[in-house]
Amino acid sequence: MTNKSMAHREKLLVALAGVFALSLAAAPEANAMHIMEGYLPGGFCIAWGVLCLPFVLAGFFSIRRTVQENRKALILLAMSGAFIFVISSLKIPSVTGSCSHMTGTGLGAILFGPSCVSILGVIVLLFQAILLAHGGLTTLGANTFSMAIAGPFLAWGLYALLSRLRVNRRVSIFLAAALGDLFTYCVTSLQLALAYPSQQGGVAASALKFLGVFAPTQVPLAVIEGILTVVIVIALESYAQPELKLIGYYREVK
Amino acid sequence: MKKKHMSKNTKTVLILLVIAVLIAVVPLFARKGASFGGSDDAGSVMVEEVRGASYEPWSTPVLENLLGGELPGEVESLIFCVQTGIGVGIIAFCMGRLVERKKWMKKYEKEQEETEEDGGIARDHAGDR
Repeated sequence: MTNKSMAHREKLLVALAGVFALSLAAAPEANAMHIMEGYLPGGFCIAWGVLCLPFVLAGFFSIRRTVQENRKALILLAMSGAFIFVISSLKIPSVTGSCSHMTGTGLGAILFGPSCVSILGVIVLLFQAILLAHGGLTTLGANTFSMAIAGPFLAWGLYALLSRLRVNRRVSIFLAAALGDLFTYCVTSLQLALAYPSQQGGVAASALKFLGVFAPTQVPLAVIEGILTVVIVIALESYAQPELKLIGYYREVK
Repeated sequence: MKKKHMSKNTKTVLILLVIAVLIAVVPLFARKGASFGGSDDAGSVMVEEVRGASYEPWSTPVLENLLGGELPGEVESLIFCVQTGIGVGIIAFCMGRLVERKKWMKKYEKEQEETEEDGGIARDHAGDR
């Protein structure tokens, strides 16, 4: 019976999320790590939002499976989410003389796969959009795509590839997290460029310009994110081995 | 041997954390005059540059609408701290549990071994009698 009521509640949640996503698309607003509130034309907001929906839904199902199959692993899920919370709240000065913050999505992607992280990422983005005027509700779709989908997918893919190539695990985690972070900003640049093609040179020239703003600032931060992810994975490896085994963390390494 | 392994991990973690802090702090000294504004803001400046015209955001953040102005800087840092606090709280709570559990598990395993040994000894004594 509990199972039934749970499935019901989950369906309700998914439906609510769908309605919410639709209402967002209808009532245009925008976010910042993000792309700032109101900085993306309405059509783009809707398009990115719709593009995110399948991933976010997959995330719901993936988390539901985790919850049902191994509740013990929830502690790791909570920690991955909390890690994103912490990491994305730290604004760190960079060599370019401006501040930026990291995404922290690599950890969740490596442990649980990318779709799971899309949910965690959306929570953080909503928090920042509503309370901090950082990012925005209209650009939520675009920001979700860059931070909670594109970045984690790259991190996860890279990690899987590197562990298949038998690269040292910590090195793979470092590279996956760092490049995932960097990729998030590349996607953000691309999103801005698509919305604002340069008058001479079009999308490509514009993308380069935006990359010029984000990339140099982000490179050192990506390195920090890689380092912090490795640190927390070391901590988990020494204290949460049973849970890591449950979610198949050791499976890929033969 | 296990202990040696642990201390190697600890060393790695410490070195990594020092590097991370250095990367974060060095720019402050290297670029003394810089304002360290957000790169998101730099992004919006770039939007204007690429468009060749000033850009009026067509929507403003919810909270700014409600407040009728920008969130005060101090309050913004408060909320950022709240965000960090929530995250750190959860991580610290979970890590605390896991660390305690490991200690407890070790103790339990040791006791298990000891009771097995004790059992053997007790039986021997019984034989003596």
